[in-house]
Formats: sequence, C-alpha cells, structure tokens
Amino acid sequence: MQAAEKAPATAVKADPVLLRVKNAYKHFPISGFGGLAVRAVDGVDLEIRRGETLGLVGESGCGKSTLARLITALLPVTAGKVVFDGQDITTLKGRRLRRIRRKMQMIFQDPFASLDPRMTVGDILQEPLDNFSIGSVRDRRRRVQELLRLVGLNPNFTNRYPHEFSGGQRQRIGIARALAVNPSFIVCDEAVSALDVSIQAQIINLLQDLQNEFQLTYLFIAHDLAVVRHLSDRIAVMYLGKVVETAGRNDIYERPQHPYTKALLSSIPVPDPAVERERAPIALKGEIPSPVNPPSGCRFHPRCPIARAPGVCSEQEPPLEPHGARDQVAACHFAGQF
Amino acid sequence: MGQILLQVDDLHTQFFTSRGVVRAVDGVSLHIDAGETLGIVGESGCGKTITALSILRLVPDPGRITAGKIMFRGRDVTKFDDDEIRDFRGNDVAMIFQDPMTSLNPVTKVGFQIEEAMTAHNRFSASLARTRVVELLKRVRVPAAESRVKDYPHQFSGGMRQRAMIAMGLANEPSLLIADEPTTALDVTVQAQIIQLMKQLNRELGTAMMLITHNMALVASLCQRVVVMYAGRIVEEGPVEQIFKSPQHPYTWSLLRSVPRVDEARKDRLVSIHGLPPDLTNPPPGCKFHPRCPFVIDRCKIDEPGLSEVAANQVARCWVLMRNVKDEDVAAAKASALSLDAAKKLKAEAPPEVGTVAGG
Repeated sequence: MQAAEKAPATAVKADPVLLRVKNAYKHFPISGFGGLAVRAVDGVDLEIRRGETLGLVGESGCGKSTLARLITALLPVTAGKVVFDGQDITTLKGRRLRRIRRKMQMIFQDPFASLDPRMTVGDILQEPLDNFSIGSVRDRRRRVQELLRLVGLNPNFTNRYPHEFSGGQRQRIGIARALAVNPSFIVCDEAVSALDVSIQAQIINLLQDLQNEFQLTYLFIAHDLAVVRHLSDRIAVMYLGKVVETAGRNDIYERPQHPYTKALLSSIPVPDPAVERERAPIALKGEIPSPVNPPSGCRFHPRCPIARAPGVCSEQEPPLEPHGARDQVAACHFAGQF
Repeated sequence: MGQILLQVDDLHTQFFTSRGVVRAVDGVSLHIDAGETLGIVGESGCGKTITALSILRLVPDPGRITAGKIMFRGRDVTKFDDDEIRDFRGNDVAMIFQDPMTSLNPVTKVGFQIEEAMTAHNRFSASLARTRVVELLKRVRVPAAESRVKDYPHQFSGGMRQRAMIAMGLANEPSLLIADEPTTALDVTVQAQIIQLMKQLNRELGTAMMLITHNMALVASLCQRVVVMYAGRIVEEGPVEQIFKSPQHPYTWSLLRSVPRVDEARKDRLVSIHGLPPDLTNPPPGCKFHPRCPFVIDRCKIDEPGLSEVAANQVARCWVLMRNVKDEDVAAAKASALSLDAAKKLKAEAPPEVGTVAGG
C-alpha cells in the first residue's frame, strides 16, 4: 500500500495510462428466460499503461474475450466506461469511433479463419489502408511490402493467397494487417495458441521486436500462463466475469494473493522432471459455476480452499484492494493468507 | 522395468496422395514395457499420431503400413486377421483422443457408451457390464457416478467427458492405453486433474501408457521415457530425466528452449527454430533436420546419421551432438532467435511454401 506513488498526473501531458476500464459490465440476455442473462463481464476495472504488455489470463468462459471486445468497441457495454487516450469510447459513434479504431487493432487466434481465403495477401494488407484512406495508391503498395518485410515474410508474396502459407506465416500476415494503420494498441487474443511450439517461439519473439520498434501497447490474452509470464509486464487474472488479481509478472507468480491465482499457477506443468516430481497442484473443488447465476458473495467461494462459508466469503463480495507487493491488487477477504 | 509389452520394428507408414508418397512414419522402432509410461513428442506432422494409429491399424486412407513389424506380446499385429485385430483393439490396447466433444456419441447416454465398449468385446456379461460402468466412472473420479451414467455427453463438462473417455478406454482392462493429446483441449486446472488421474490409474492398475503430445511439460510430468520425433523419424530417445537434463539432438535442445517456463522469470529470448518442417513427399537429403539446424556441418547435408547410443539408455540421431557444440555456438544460436534484422535477412532466402505450388 504505497501511497507515495499516487501523484496526480494532471500537469503531465501524456497520461501513463493508455486505457482504463471502469466498472464495465456486459450481460447477454437469454431470450425467453424472463430477464436472465449471461453475465460475461460483471464489473471489471482495469488499467493498461502506455508501452506495456498486460497479460489477461483465465479459464474458458471467464469473460476475457468479451472484455477484449468491449475494449476495442466491437461490442457495446451494458454499463460502465472504457476510456482510451482520455476519451470514453463507449459513447462514440461514426467518424469519431473510426478515428479511435485506427489506433487499436486486434490479432486473432485462428490464422486459418481470420484471413479471407479469396483475397490475396496484398489485398488483405491493403484493405485497412484503403479503409482509412491512408496515402496514395502507390504509397499503399509500398507500405504493404514494408509490412511483409517487417513480419519476416518475402515482400514479393503479395499476389499469393492465404492457403499457400503455413499457420505461422498466416499469423505473421495477421500481425502485418494489425500493424498496417500504425496503431498504438494491439489486442492479441490467443494469438499464439494455435501454433506449434517452434513457430510459437518465432511469433512471440516477433511480437516483442515489434513492440520495441513501434512502442506498442499490448493486451495479451492467453490461457498458457507460461507464455503470458514471458511476454507480459503485468498480469490480470479473471474468474467468472471479474478481475480477481492484478500484479507485476514476477510478483503474481512468486507471491500470488488470491487463492484462485495460486491454484491456477500450481496446475501448470513445468518442462523439468525434477521440478515435476515435487510439484503438488492445488486441486480445486467442482467446476466453474454458470455465469448466468454466479455464486453469492465472492464468486470463487464454492471452490476456494480457504473460504469461510457460510460467512463473510459467501455474503460479501470482496473489492479489488492493494495486497502483497507494490502495484498488486486482489479481490479476496483473506488475501495472501494461505 | 518389466517385460516388453509392445515392440515396433522399423515401421513405415506411407500415404499415397496425388502429390506423391508422404512418408509419414519412416522407419520407427520403439518399445514399451508393461506398466511403463512412454511419451512421444514432436510438432504437428512429425508422425507421432500416425505411429499410434499404425499400432492399432487405424491408419486412414490413403495411408498404408508398407513395412515393419508391430509385435504385441510376441504376436505381429500387422498380420492379424479381422477378428484378431478387433479383439486386439479395446481389449489389449485402447486409445483416447484429443477432443472429448467429438469422440463421444451425442445421442446416447454416457453410461451406455461405456457399457457398449464392454459388451462389444464379450469380455463381460451384459449385467456385469452394467454394474461395472458405475465402478469405472467412480474410478475416474466422476462425482455422483450413479446418476451421471444416465446423462448425455452434452450434460458433461469438457473435463468430465475426457474422464468418461478414459473410463471407456479402461473398460476392458487393456494393458496399454494410448492417449493422443488428452489434455490439449482442456483448461489448465482441468488438465492438472486429468494428468493426476492418469498418474493414479497407471499406479493402481499397472496400465502402460503411451502419451502423444507436443507439450514437453506434460512429458516431464507424466512419463518415464520419451521418444522425440521429427519428420517421420525418431531423433532422440531416453529416460525423461536424462533427456531434459542433457538433450543431445539439436532438435530436442531447441524444442526444450522454445517454450517459456512458468516457474522462471524471463531471461533469454526464446530459441525459435527458423523455417518450417520439411515436406514429407520430398524430404531433404542427409539429416532431415539439417536445413533448420543451427549446428549443421557439411556431413549433415549428404549423409543421414543413424540412431546411436550417446549415454546409458539414451540414443540420438546426430553427427554433431549437443555436448560437442562449442559454447559460443550455443550462445549464438540462442541470440539468433529471429530478431528483426534476422527476419529481414531470412526473407531473402525464404523457401517457397511447403506443400503448395507457387501461383494463384
């Protein structure tokens, strides 16, 4: 709880925080079920700082991809705010929304599904430039070749179609497309999950190089916590529509404050037989509850090894508060007490 | 370890496609002892799944086992007639697949599907099979097994479905269970539960397991011995501890260093193996890995090395071997992990796309 760090940044021109999510909700109503809704994102607060990589982890169905779509204004929020570069993008429309979209791009998981099979690579990469009327036609062509070179592909490949490329090369094309309009912020949604290990390493290294070269800010969503630790500066953990813990990449792995974070980390096997012999995963009871009707109080309490239920854990929802290291927040009544 | 359960000898499985003959499995020899856990690792297309399917003689068209022997308890599986192979599958060797969503029949109850696996092999009477279903589901730790036998697959979660698949695999008490990426489709906490379960079952029942995966960490967690495959061939084999501590083949070495570890802070860049795996209709001459190998010497380009013993129980297919590589070369290989400059250089020599004809 170092209060000294909280100096107001009003006088400074550039806010160190690029994107702020303030108490964001996204509920998907289930038609015909009298007001029931899937509460995919259920009150999330999050900050992404300029130039950093924020890792977002959690198991399937925890709402991480929905959150990414709220952040990129691909889905409207049910409630709450998303402030990008000082502007609340949830209320933007038309031309002003387009202007923001140019600054945020996305890289998707499946390089087979995210490229139009009927477009040549040149067309795929030129489309964002056409959309935003960037440069002359000749500039655009030159830019396409430059993009291919940037991601380690042959610039003469512009006339080829996606099917002529391997998975790793397609992912490079997806990255080049995201870079085309010079964004400042890129959301990578499971961008390396579908790739083979040796190719995955190439893409991870490429993402790091590009970040250094263009001062990009990344939101890196993945379920592979080892990759997330490798790439991220800070990591946020989601569970059932909520962020339960956020911390620096080493703090969260060395001193997790939320029992879910600890359980999640303990379940990952390590490529070292000596470590594996000693490793004792924390087994969680049961399964992730339905996001239609999340548990009362702390959502994690029915599976939590340290919960006091019935008691404070089943009655009161814990707020995200500073615990553990500097810059670490966790939503748990008994944070760090295990 | 105990006696040899399964011995694969110089197995060749080829696919006869319009583009030519794909040598998916190209002279693989391996064995698995009774009660042992063996890992087979490699990237997509290295032949690990086709090796397993060959053992069960389930190679899909247009593939065929063209040479080699598969000896199971002294009998050659490749010579089995229809009745014998039917008896062999399920009774002696069972297989579980990556995706539990598609391997279960969505329109029949889970309990019935497990029961069917038993009655089909006449190993247990119909009434005994019915009572065994609950027993099996309990054994794979499905909670409330008595009521869940009446559920349909869609009522099971992903992890529960994989448990049901394992129960089905174990139904006829096989002596070998082949698991092809059994946890890849599952969330990490569920994955940990399934690994734990497989460890326990191996201990309790003495079922030998062959784990096919691309995940080195899973192998470290579950296996005693590991076989590393590349381009249809075994490139290295040995006890897990030894392979992880002192890999001798550059491919194994790179594979181990291309994945970040969750228990370590970021230090180096990841080692990435540049380029792509070879086209198996037209593999490179010499060592199949030489076009991507950071430690290649001239001999690698013309002459393919055999599998030779490099330490006790450890064999590798390499002329160089990691222990002979100079420290500065290792450092250079780590550093060359495709920085922007390297990428720019690489594009100049980028090979034409594997498996496709240029054009379009």
